[in-house]
Amino acid sequence: MKMKLGTMAVAAVMAASPVMADLVFPSLSYRTGPFAAGGIPFADGYADYFTLLNERDNGIGGELANVIECETAYNTEKGVECYEATKSQNPLVYQPLSTGITYQLIPKADADGIPLHTMGYGRTSAKNGKVFKNTFNYPVNYWDGASAGVNHFLSLNDGSLEGKKITLLHFNGAYGKEPIPTLTALSEKHGFSLNTIAVDYPGQEQKSQWLQIRREKPDYVLFWGWGVMNQVAVQEAANIRFPMENFMGIWWSGSENDVLPAGDSANGYKALAFHNVGADFPVFDDIRKYVVDAGKAAGAGDQVGTVLYNRGLYAAFLAAEAAKDAQAASGVSDITAAHMRDAMEALNITEARMAAAGLPNFGPEFQVTCENHGGRGDVAVAQWDASAKSWSLITEFAPADASVLNPLIEADSAAYAAENNIKEGCK
Amino acid sequence: MFYREAGDFSTSYPEDSQTFPIRFDRYRYYLVLFVAIFVIPFTINDYWVNSIFLPFLIYAIAAIGLNILVGYCGQVSLGTGGFMAVGAYACYKLMTSFPEVSMLIHVLIAGLITAGVGVLFGLPSLRIKGFYLAVATLAAQFFLVWLFNRVPWFYNYSASGQISAPERTVFGIEITGPNTEAWATYLFCLAFVIFSAVIARNLTRGAFGRKWMAIRDMDIAAEIIGVNPLMAKLSAFAVSSFFIGISGALFFAVYLGAAEAGDAFSIQKSFIVLFMVIIGGLGSIFGSFAGAAFLVVLPVALKLVGVDWIGWPTDIVAHLNLVVVGALIIIFLIMEPHGLAQLWRVTKEKLRLWPFPH
Repeated sequence: MKMKLGTMAVAAVMAASPVMADLVFPSLSYRTGPFAAGGIPFADGYADYFTLLNERDNGIGGELANVIECETAYNTEKGVECYEATKSQNPLVYQPLSTGITYQLIPKADADGIPLHTMGYGRTSAKNGKVFKNTFNYPVNYWDGASAGVNHFLSLNDGSLEGKKITLLHFNGAYGKEPIPTLTALSEKHGFSLNTIAVDYPGQEQKSQWLQIRREKPDYVLFWGWGVMNQVAVQEAANIRFPMENFMGIWWSGSENDVLPAGDSANGYKALAFHNVGADFPVFDDIRKYVVDAGKAAGAGDQVGTVLYNRGLYAAFLAAEAAKDAQAASGVSDITAAHMRDAMEALNITEARMAAAGLPNFGPEFQVTCENHGGRGDVAVAQWDASAKSWSLITEFAPADASVLNPLIEADSAAYAAENNIKEGCK
Repeated sequence: MFYREAGDFSTSYPEDSQTFPIRFDRYRYYLVLFVAIFVIPFTINDYWVNSIFLPFLIYAIAAIGLNILVGYCGQVSLGTGGFMAVGAYACYKLMTSFPEVSMLIHVLIAGLITAGVGVLFGLPSLRIKGFYLAVATLAAQFFLVWLFNRVPWFYNYSASGQISAPERTVFGIEITGPNTEAWATYLFCLAFVIFSAVIARNLTRGAFGRKWMAIRDMDIAAEIIGVNPLMAKLSAFAVSSFFIGISGALFFAVYLGAAEAGDAFSIQKSFIVLFMVIIGGLGSIFGSFAGAAFLVVLPVALKLVGVDWIGWPTDIVAHLNLVVVGALIIIFLIMEPHGLAQLWRVTKEKLRLWPFPH
């Protein structure tokens, strides 16, 4: 007890001197732990885009952006600590980058009035902004992904999946279980049979799961994995000679790290995508010029143009655009989290805006409203070319099946609202 | 000079058998309680509560629980994470089924349910010992986490398998959910810590504790002098699981707010609580507090110094943290195998003779 009091006195002095910053964008990153291979490029992309804005444009509307990194190691306890440590510095938006941490932060963000952006992860029903007032999951969520995957299989089968077998191989946790209700509903609608196979954390051992897949011979395998689980699954699929073009991962299972270890046998593996791939965009020239060559890149600076780096960059781009809108709407450059929230709720991403930022055709166009915090849910399919060692989009961005998803979202968000006494409605 | 029995006369049996017979020790204990109850709640904010005090208090309860089993009764257990999960899920089911009941009652019942589960998994301890028992409790850890992941009833059929604590109150003050006050959650957990520590301390000083220690020191000899091993071992499992269940319930409902069995209550939890008990000192209530403080405060302190003061990259500090904590564990095990509690005992002996050590 005495020791604790001593450290308290010391640390009280530390906490008394916060960095008075400009526009604060906390990054709850994970550069350590079992998912670091995915966390590092995302965090680099997120930080580099803001560095670019600071170096090239002198910040956003004249205010410098300040990215505070806090290491979570994908651990929910550290996520809480990071949130509490940074929330006193007027953060504009949080990107938890972990479904577990998202679930913890959704109620806290509501209580503190700080927006949460969970891009392509987190709680799907947060799309219903009438209940989840401070949580945004544009442009896509997991249920969009599940629907888009099924849509792609439909298009390969002339619009009918009657009698087909689809297996969902998923991480046995919140993240992996999210798509199950959607896929169940879709299987009833389209008449395919669904089988789910869980892989326990961290997923380095999947022999029995793939033995089961080999026995059941599904027509398609959908895959919800993250971290080391991805490479193992791709390798195991190659080992049982499962046709790679029938094996499709969610966007978190579709980076270079996941397919390179399997070499040529990973050729043809598909993954869903909600933003474009590759480094063939004007913004990357600026990043090389102002950030990497100037020695200001986050991390080692070797991730530019990888799938997850692009995703971090895209998250930063969306946050920066919302901040610009907030400045325009409020008339002050030093905006608050409340301004940011309102701007995120009115965010309208058009092709012209993406092109102006040096990201032409980088992601889908979408519009956020109070009723819809998730956009249209446009998803494309990417395929891996092992000889060229590159991903390429093989379809256009196409919307998910809203007729199936919307009732599910309504039901889940209504359950949350009832559990927590939230009154539905827009401001 | 300090900690002397001289001049401290007991005139009645209760005085003679009180928890802290030495006057200085007793006053120090009162002072700590006074500061914890009347000073800290008025000075803390969200950050201090959520990153230091809540984890410290909650882990202290878990460490007290495990210390009873491992330190006092000598039954090695690696199932702490699983038992914490039982407490958490029991609390969640109670909170959602009986929303109008006070959290105090929910947490206590969650502890009792965990005690029942603990007794069930303690049954093998009657036949197997040592490493073999450790493996049997490890099975409990994996089985319980699997169960909570597998059976949707436990997480109320939510889409993702996450459990989230809704807003619940004690005497009209919010204890769980996002709108809690820092002092309320702190005092709520502190009340359970004091409750657990007082019960544990008195149990271990009484007939139960003596039976546990007899079993720990030599079970055959204990049986010969009349200790019933069935009762002693199972009661140790029950009491230990009761405290661990309380800590699991608080960990989920008050501290995290949302949890998932495979993530929040993994095997890592079992190990970290075991480390707390070993570093703090086996068979010591104070050791449970010291171990919990050590493993909770040290990473946060290292982070504050490394990232906020020196400005190193976060990943370097995170890796350094692992190195420093690991090295300190090894150093402690070599230099002071009886843990921080032994250091404290040695300090007391020194203080007793000070300033004339001869």
